[in-house]
Amino acid sequence: MEFQTRDDVSTGNEEDLFVPSDDVREHLVVVGNGMAGCRAVEELLARDGARYRVTIFGAEPHVNYNRIMLSPVLAGEKTFEDIIINNQQWYDDNGIELIVADPITAIDRTAKTVRSESGRTVSYDRLLIATGSDPFIIPVPGKDLPGVISFRDMRDVDTMLAAADAGAPDGEQGRAVVIGGGLLGLEAAHGLTLRGMKVTILHIMPTLMERQLDEAAGWLLKTALEDRGQTILTGADTAEIFGQGKVEGVRLKDGTLIPATLVVMAVGIRPSVALAREAGLDIGRGIKVDDHMVTSDPAVLAVGECVEHEGNVYGLVAPLWDMCRSLADGLTDQHSGYKGSVTSTKLKVAGLDVFSAGDFSGGEGCEDIVLRDASRGVYKRVVVKDDRVIGAVLYGDTADGGWYFDLLKRQENVADIRDFLIFGQSFASGGGALDPKAAVAALSDDAEICGCNGVSKGQVVACIEKGACSLDAVRGTCKASASCGSCTGLVETILALTLGEDVQSGPKTMCKCTSFGHDDVRREIVAQGMTSIPEVMQKLHWATPDGCSSCRPALNYYLLCALPGEYVDDQQSRFVNERMHANIQKDGTYSVVPRMWGGLTNPRELRAIADVVEKYDAPMVKVTGGQRLDIFGIKKEDLPAVWADLNAAGMVSGHAYGKSLRTVKTCVGSEWCRFGTQDSTGLGVKTERMTWGSWMPHKFKIAVSGCPRNCAEATIKDFGVVCVDSGYELHVGGNGGIHVRVTDLLCKVATEQEALDYCAAFTQLYREEARYLERTAPWIERVGVDYVKARIVEDDVGREALRARFLYSQSFSQDDPWAERAAGEHAELHQHIAEVRPMETV
Amino acid sequence: MIGDWLDIGSVNQITPGNARTLPVRGGEEIAIFRTLGGEFHALVNRCPHKHGPLSQGIVHGGVVTCPLHNWNISLKTGEALGEDKGCVPVIPLKIDAGRIFLLRSAVMGQLAA
Ligand SMILES: Cc1cc2nc3c(=O)[nH]c(=O)nc-3n(C[C@H](O)[C@H](O)[C@H](O)COP(=O)(O)OP(=O)(O)OC[C@H]3O[C@@H](n4cnc5c(N)ncnc54)[C@H](O)[C@@H]3O)c2cc1C
Ligand code: SF4
Ligand code: FES
Repeated sequence: MEFQTRDDVSTGNEEDLFVPSDDVREHLVVVGNGMAGCRAVEELLARDGARYRVTIFGAEPHVNYNRIMLSPVLAGEKTFEDIIINNQQWYDDNGIELIVADPITAIDRTAKTVRSESGRTVSYDRLLIATGSDPFIIPVPGKDLPGVISFRDMRDVDTMLAAADAGAPDGEQGRAVVIGGGLLGLEAAHGLTLRGMKVTILHIMPTLMERQLDEAAGWLLKTALEDRGQTILTGADTAEIFGQGKVEGVRLKDGTLIPATLVVMAVGIRPSVALAREAGLDIGRGIKVDDHMVTSDPAVLAVGECVEHEGNVYGLVAPLWDMCRSLADGLTDQHSGYKGSVTSTKLKVAGLDVFSAGDFSGGEGCEDIVLRDASRGVYKRVVVKDDRVIGAVLYGDTADGGWYFDLLKRQENVADIRDFLIFGQSFASGGGALDPKAAVAALSDDAEICGCNGVSKGQVVACIEKGACSLDAVRGTCKASASCGSCTGLVETILALTLGEDVQSGPKTMCKCTSFGHDDVRREIVAQGMTSIPEVMQKLHWATPDGCSSCRPALNYYLLCALPGEYVDDQQSRFVNERMHANIQKDGTYSVVPRMWGGLTNPRELRAIADVVEKYDAPMVKVTGGQRLDIFGIKKEDLPAVWADLNAAGMVSGHAYGKSLRTVKTCVGSEWCRFGTQDSTGLGVKTERMTWGSWMPHKFKIAVSGCPRNCAEATIKDFGVVCVDSGYELHVGGNGGIHVRVTDLLCKVATEQEALDYCAAFTQLYREEARYLERTAPWIERVGVDYVKARIVEDDVGREALRARFLYSQSFSQDDPWAERAAGEHAELHQHIAEVRPMETV
Repeated sequence: MIGDWLDIGSVNQITPGNARTLPVRGGEEIAIFRTLGGEFHALVNRCPHKHGPLSQGIVHGGVVTCPLHNWNISLKTGEALGEDKGCVPVIPLKIDAGRIFLLRSAVMGQLAA
């Protein structure tokens, strides 16, 4: 063993410590035998080995070891001996007194002495504090149970290894819960998995490592870890750690119970400043130091994770090395001065390569260059501002991390290599003047262009020469770029090279984030069975990290439509009205429209509406064009209460805010009107009961008129029914908006049930095939009414299948969103985070 | 100095991609955003165009799209992006030990004089 135990120390070295040394050199005492403390001493020795007498105190019972290698030790790739940085010999050779397993408990700055737990008092000329960090322990019940640990030192690793060996009480594989899905938590989880434990990671945020990774990279990481058998619960808030005398499991706030014999908390660290604070040194987030790592007391220095420099604290080793250099310079009267560090993170969990550096939050003047290679599982994002790299996130291929980090630190101008930057160092510096066209021109004929479909450059050229003059035509003929789309740029370049300037521009893309059009995206979602927004963005090579306000709502809708009952709605991708289930108005307040089935109401509903108007001081109530009452001027904080009151009277959301079925307008029909041929009100109510709650590409309105006098204006609705003596005329594609469009006649049916069935089938066809934000009128003009007739009227089997899919989807969507909110769901959307009340000035 | 910064509460109160509001009695309401990339920003909750509540917009990258007329506002600089011109005050914000702090003087600066 290379380290001493506490007993060795107290018996063996006592005398030297209490008797003043005859060594007349200045005495440097170091508190903390960790990465920074020892490195500082190494730097000092390298500059002037003879100048100081050095004593180091360490709380741990070990010589100096490499803390970042604890993960490989846990994973079984290294032993403790492998990770020792300086063995006892080194301390002896350099005349350094090492006192282990005896933490310093007090500093007396007046007397210039430190005092240790075992009672030693040692005087110093210069003191160096390098106490590192304390792991943050979330204050839940059970946090002190045996079996709850952090991941910080060798003792924690020993505890983890023992738990893995012991297994579960029933002799099964042991179970561990790791709280915290950051770098450290994931490393602990990885090690424990390799040691044979069944590991569940609890992370409070929706994405793993959210400080270092963006949503896209976080999703890739989560998918990869799940493939390795780890269970990852995001949005998981720990309520309690339970167990009789030792850990037995974790309970989440949502009630989930997870059994475990070991709980590792890796939720963060805090600079260890208690000792320095007691001594009266200036403390911010850490011990405050100047550019030479000197604290507010000129005789006391501090270095490592425990310090704060220019407002920054660091939790990685690279900055500590910079600090140690400046510190040693200062101690030997040279003046370099520490200027702060930019940090990068590399996740070294075996096989998973993740890198992040700098600032990647985007924002004004920032350009995101994104490369997604779905087949290789690669995601790269470089953020450039004013022609300089300011941040990078790499997943799957981190080979160029160091290069980007170097560009970032040196603030090098990258304007010249901008176009190649994302392909990495070897490509970008390959030939300074390389232009992408020339690069493609230089490719040989058998060079593979489209990996998914195995199409070579020669085949693409041949297909263009045979007349495929647009991207779409190429996709349709030789299949290049028809799958994942990653080679779209290449194919376009080949088109340009082959045809000169005659390239026909392809269909409009969905938004600037992608080269795909709406139809392609919808088709691929279904074809590849995609289930989440980050997945679509990765597999279809989105050019932005998390999309924009155009594509997010569209993707959310497409997934919802493709996977009813399965897809989890992403409320960050919803326009405010749908997120708040009310209409935002110009002053930022909301208006609320309860559903009135077929335009009918009754005293109870009217009373409830009147009460709400009074109770919440709504400045206006208006009868809408869709035969309902709209209550204006409600504050977002009051919305849940308003809904609760309306729900109590039996009313549900009117979806007057949504890209969804809005209203079914009716006239009074045969029940009252002397012209009425059928019960238009009754049919309207049935239609609304069937269609309400359905999300659509755009708003959708229905009307039913009792005779061709058409009092419900059915021929300017998305779907209109005009009752006639012999049955029901069904009309589609009308619009009363800016461009008024009269409906096309779809067909005539004989019974009410048929009218309902055709309505369901038509609605589903529109839901499945229209582009997001395309109303039925432009959609029908685009595809032609004959197409719609062919699908709904002429194809009985197809119509029935559409109807069935609509009703299936409706079985999940007919929940009143108001009721959920009134019951307290997503309360944070409605409540202020806090309030500032300035004190009255007297 | 501790007193320079207002402690607004835990970072966990805002999930990525969302925003929450902080009313200031007698002053301008502040919107605190958390991007999908995990960054925090605070702006006066008032679009430079026609005063739309920015806290209700869709957040993407470091940008929020105003819910009223889709102006894109930089969360970092408060400036309208693209063709649009205008700027909303940014409130300096820092995160410390999992809590959100706003610069007190900037928050108070939003008080009507
Ligand atoms: C498992 C793990 C993996 C990591 N992986 C990486 C990585 O991949 N890359 C990276 O850059 N960083 C990594 N880090 C972080 C890195 O280890 C730290 O940034 C670095 O160790 C900080 O150095 P330090 O000297 O400030 O603190 P430490 O290395 O923690 O040293 C502080 C020492 O002071 C001792 N001490 C505290 N109080 C007293 C006292 N009163 N008296 C005497 N001694 C005291 C402590 O016991 C400790 O030994 C990792 C950390 C851990 C825990
Ligand atoms: S549409 Fe015909 S049935 Fe309906 S109210 Fe008008 S006239 Fe009467
Ligand atoms: S008020 Fe914000 S865009 Fe008009």
